[in-house]
Amino acid sequence: MFRRVEEFLMSMTIIRNGRIIDPANERDEVGDLFIVDGKIAAKAKGSDPEVIDAAGLIVAPGLIDLHVHLREPGFGWKETIESGARAAAAGGFTTIVCMPNTAPAADSPGTIAWIRDRAAEVACVNVLPAGAISKGLMGEELAPIGSLAQAGVVAITDDGRCVQNNELMRRAVEYARMVGVPILDHCQDYDLVGSGVVHEGYWSTLLGLPGWPSAGEEAIVMRNVLLAELCDHQVHCQHISAAGSVRILREARARGVKISGEVCPHHIALTDDAIQNFDTNCKMNPPLRAKEDVAALLEGIADGTLDILCSDHAPHAQFEKEVEFDAAPFGIVGLETELGLFLDLLVHKTKTIELPRLIEIFTVNPARLLGIEAGTLSVDRAADVTLIDPELEWTVDAAAFQSMSRNTPFDGWKLKGRAVRTIVDGKTVWKL
Amino acid sequence: MRWQRKDLLGIRELSAEEIIFLLDTADAFKEVGTREIKKVPALRGKTLVNFFVEPSTRTRTSFEIAAIRLSADVINISASSSSLIKGETLKDTAKILEAYHADLIVLRHSSSGAPQFLAERLKSSVINAGDGAHEHPTQALLDLYTIRAHKGTVAGLHVAIIGDILFSRVARSNIFGLLKLGARVTLVGPSTLVPREFEKLGVTVTHKLDEVLETADVVNLLRIQHERQRKEYFPGIGEYVRLFGLTKERGKRLKPDCLIMHPGPINRGVEIDSELADGTQSVILEQVTNGLAVRMAVLYLCGGIAT
Amino acid sequence: MDAAAIDRALRRIAHEIVERNPQLDTVILAGIPSRGVEIAGRLADIIESLGQPRVGIGAIDVSMHRDDIGTRPELPRVQASTLPLPLEGKTVIIVDDVFFTGRTVRAAMDAISSFGRPARIQLAALIDRGHRELPIRGDYVGKNLPTAPGEQVRLRLEDVDGEPDAVWLIKEEKA
Repeated sequence: MFRRVEEFLMSMTIIRNGRIIDPANERDEVGDLFIVDGKIAAKAKGSDPEVIDAAGLIVAPGLIDLHVHLREPGFGWKETIESGARAAAAGGFTTIVCMPNTAPAADSPGTIAWIRDRAAEVACVNVLPAGAISKGLMGEELAPIGSLAQAGVVAITDDGRCVQNNELMRRAVEYARMVGVPILDHCQDYDLVGSGVVHEGYWSTLLGLPGWPSAGEEAIVMRNVLLAELCDHQVHCQHISAAGSVRILREARARGVKISGEVCPHHIALTDDAIQNFDTNCKMNPPLRAKEDVAALLEGIADGTLDILCSDHAPHAQFEKEVEFDAAPFGIVGLETELGLFLDLLVHKTKTIELPRLIEIFTVNPARLLGIEAGTLSVDRAADVTLIDPELEWTVDAAAFQSMSRNTPFDGWKLKGRAVRTIVDGKTVWKL
Repeated sequence: MRWQRKDLLGIRELSAEEIIFLLDTADAFKEVGTREIKKVPALRGKTLVNFFVEPSTRTRTSFEIAAIRLSADVINISASSSSLIKGETLKDTAKILEAYHADLIVLRHSSSGAPQFLAERLKSSVINAGDGAHEHPTQALLDLYTIRAHKGTVAGLHVAIIGDILFSRVARSNIFGLLKLGARVTLVGPSTLVPREFEKLGVTVTHKLDEVLETADVVNLLRIQHERQRKEYFPGIGEYVRLFGLTKERGKRLKPDCLIMHPGPINRGVEIDSELADGTQSVILEQVTNGLAVRMAVLYLCGGIAT
Repeated sequence: MDAAAIDRALRRIAHEIVERNPQLDTVILAGIPSRGVEIAGRLADIIESLGQPRVGIGAIDVSMHRDDIGTRPELPRVQASTLPLPLEGKTVIIVDDVFFTGRTVRAAMDAISSFGRPARIQLAALIDRGHRELPIRGDYVGKNLPTAPGEQVRLRLEDVDGEPDAVWLIKEEKA
C-alpha cells in the first residue's frame, strides 16, 4: 500500500464528537469535522492529526459580525485592528466588518487598502472593511463607491452618521446596486433627534436629559424602505432599537422589499432605566429604549423580521467615558459579550429562538447580505470554525477583555453560553 | 432624625422626613439673619468652592452669603476663569479642588448628573446648585420653605407650576418636593414645553391656564428663557403672553390668599404682569431671603457632619 | 435627686438671683434648649412668686456656635434663638441643666454676643458635675455633684421628658 508523499506533509485537524450545526448545508448532527490544510475536508487525509475533543460542544461555521468599530486608522488609543481582531476571536467571531468612521474616514481606495494590508499583517480573524457612502461621512457628496468596491469593501455605510439628504441617499442606493454592494444605514433623523442622548420617555423626563425619540429612527427606516423599493437594492438598517422600526420592516419585507435590520445585544439586555445613575457605559446611539421596544425587538427576531445580530463594538478609552453624561461619546464594546448575551437572553432566558436559528443568524444571514464566501462548513471552504459551549456559565470580567477598551455595562454579569475555541483557516486563534 | 448626607444632589433622593428636617433647620438659620451680627462660627475653618461652570450671579451670590454667614472661606470659580474651557475634564478640575482641601463644592453645571459625577469621585461635600434640566434642590427647598411659612403646611395644597417645564430643573425639583410633602401639582404651559410624559411623575398636565387660576393655593411662574427656546417650541412671546402669561385680568381670578412665586430673574410683562410681581400676593423677594436660610441649613448639615 | 430636691435647689438659685440683682427688670434668663429653657421658665415663676417683678426669659441655641462641628457623627438639631432685644444694659443669665466642661457655656456666650452687648453675662446651672475644660465658673449652682469623667448625669423634667422630675447618675459601664 503506497500513499502519496504530499499527504504526509499536510496539516490535519479532527474536531471529534461535536454537534455540528451548519445551516447552509442543513446539517445538524453529532460527528467529526475534518480540516485539512486550512480547509474543510470530507474525510481525513494525512497523518498525525491534531484532535480536538468537542463532545458536548457546538461546532459551528465561524461567526460573522458585520458591525464593528476597530478605530484604526486614527484612534489607536481606543482600539487597533490587531486588538479588535483578538477581541473578535475571544468572542467566537472569525469574520468582522469594520466601519468607516476612522480618521481619515474610509472613503478612498487608499484607506481601504491600508486597512486590508494592516489586517493581513496583524489581525487573527478576517477583517473586511466597509466603505463610506459620502465623502468624509459628511452626507454631502457621494464617496467613490465604485472604486471602494474595487478596493474590496463588502458594504457601504456612513455608520455613526446618517445621510440626511434623501436625494443623495437615493443616488447612493442606486449606485451601490450597480457595483453590487449593500448599503448599511445608521438610522437617525438629525432634526427629530437634536441633541438627544437618551430615549425620550419616562427617564429622560425625570432626569432632564435631552430625549432621542423613537420617531427619529423610524422616520429614516421608513425612508430606507421607500428607497430600497424605488431602487430595487438592498438597504440594511443598523442597530434597530424602536418598536415602530420593527413594524415598518415587517410590513416592507412581507412585500418583498430588499430591506433588513439588525439588533445589538444591549438593546434587548437593557432598558432606559439603566441610565438613572448617569452611567456613561449605558450611553449608546441609538439609546437604550423602553420595555415595549425590547418586546418588539424580540418578536422581530422570533418571526425573522430582524435577521442579523451584531455587536456595534464601539471602544472608547476610560478617560473619554469618565465625563459628564452629555459630553460622553456614544457606544460600548461588544465583541466579547455578544454571543454570551444572545445565547443567554434569546436561547436560554426568553426562548425567542433555538440554537440552530441563532447559528444561522450569525453565519448564513450576514454572509448572504454581504455576498461573501463565509459562514458555512462546506467542503473546500476556508476552515473558519467556532466551538460553542451553550451551557457554560461564566461571569463577564471587563478587566480581562482582549479589547483595549473596557466600556461595557455588562461587567460582572453572569451569562450562560459562550464560544470556547475560535479557528480561522484551520488554526486555533483563541481558546478558553 | 439624623442627617447623614454629605451631598445634596437632588430632591428626588430625599425622604419627606429629610425635607422637613432641612426646612426646620432653615428656620433656625433664618433667625440668624435677624441678629445684629449675622454670622455664626458653624463652618469656621472650612473652605467652600462656588464652582459655576454655567453662569448664575443670583444663585452664586446666595450661596456665597450663606457660606460667609456660616464663617466658611469662599472661593468663586466660574467657567470663564476655570481651566475647563482649556480642555481639562470635570474630573481633573474637581481633583484639583480637592487637592486644595475644599470641604464643600457648590456646583452649577449645564449637564444633568454632573453633581452626582463629582460626588461619586470626591470626599468633599457636593451641593447641586442646578444641573442641566435635572434638579435645583436648594431652589425647591426655598420654595417649599416659603410656602410652608405662609400656609403652615404644604400637604393638601394645590400648586400650579407655569411655563417652560421641559427644560426646567426648578420645575423638576419642585415637583419631587411638593409631591413628597403631599401637595397636588398641576403643570401649565404649551404642549411643546409641558409634555404629557410628566403625568407619569404623578402630576396633572394642562395647557389651559384658566383651569387652575381659581383653585391654586400657589402659582409658581417659571422664567421663559428666550435664549434657550428654539423657535419651534412656541411661535413667539406675544402668543405666549396671550395663552400663559399671568396678566392683571387673570390675576384677579386668583384666590385672595394665593401666593405668587417666581424663581427669578423675572421677565416683567411676559410670564407675569409687572404690578402683580410687586403686589401683595407676591412673595418673590421673600423667596430670595429664605434662600439664604435654606442654603445655610444645607451647607451646615452637609458640611458639618464628620466625614 | 428627686423632685423635691430639684425644687429646693431651684428656689435657692432664685433667691440668689434676687439677692445679687437689685434691678431685676434688667435681668434676662436665657435657657439652653431644651431643659435649660424649662428651668429658666421655672426660675422666672419662682422669682415672681417671691413678690418680685417678672424677669425676661429667652432661649439661646448653641448648636451653630459649638467648637466640635464636623468632628461628631451626629449634628445637634439646631433651633432658633429667641431673646428679648436689645441686650444693651441687660444682665443675661445663661441657664443650663448640667454644667460640665464649660464648652457649651462658651458657645452660649458667643451666641449671645451676636445679638448685642449685654452689661454682664452670668451662669446658672442646676447641677455642677465638675471637669471644666475652660476657665469658666458658675454664678448660681443648685447642687455640686462629684462625678467621674465617664459617668453620665441625666436630668429628667416632667414638662420636657414626660417623666417625673429627677436627676440620675449613671455609672460607667464596666467593659
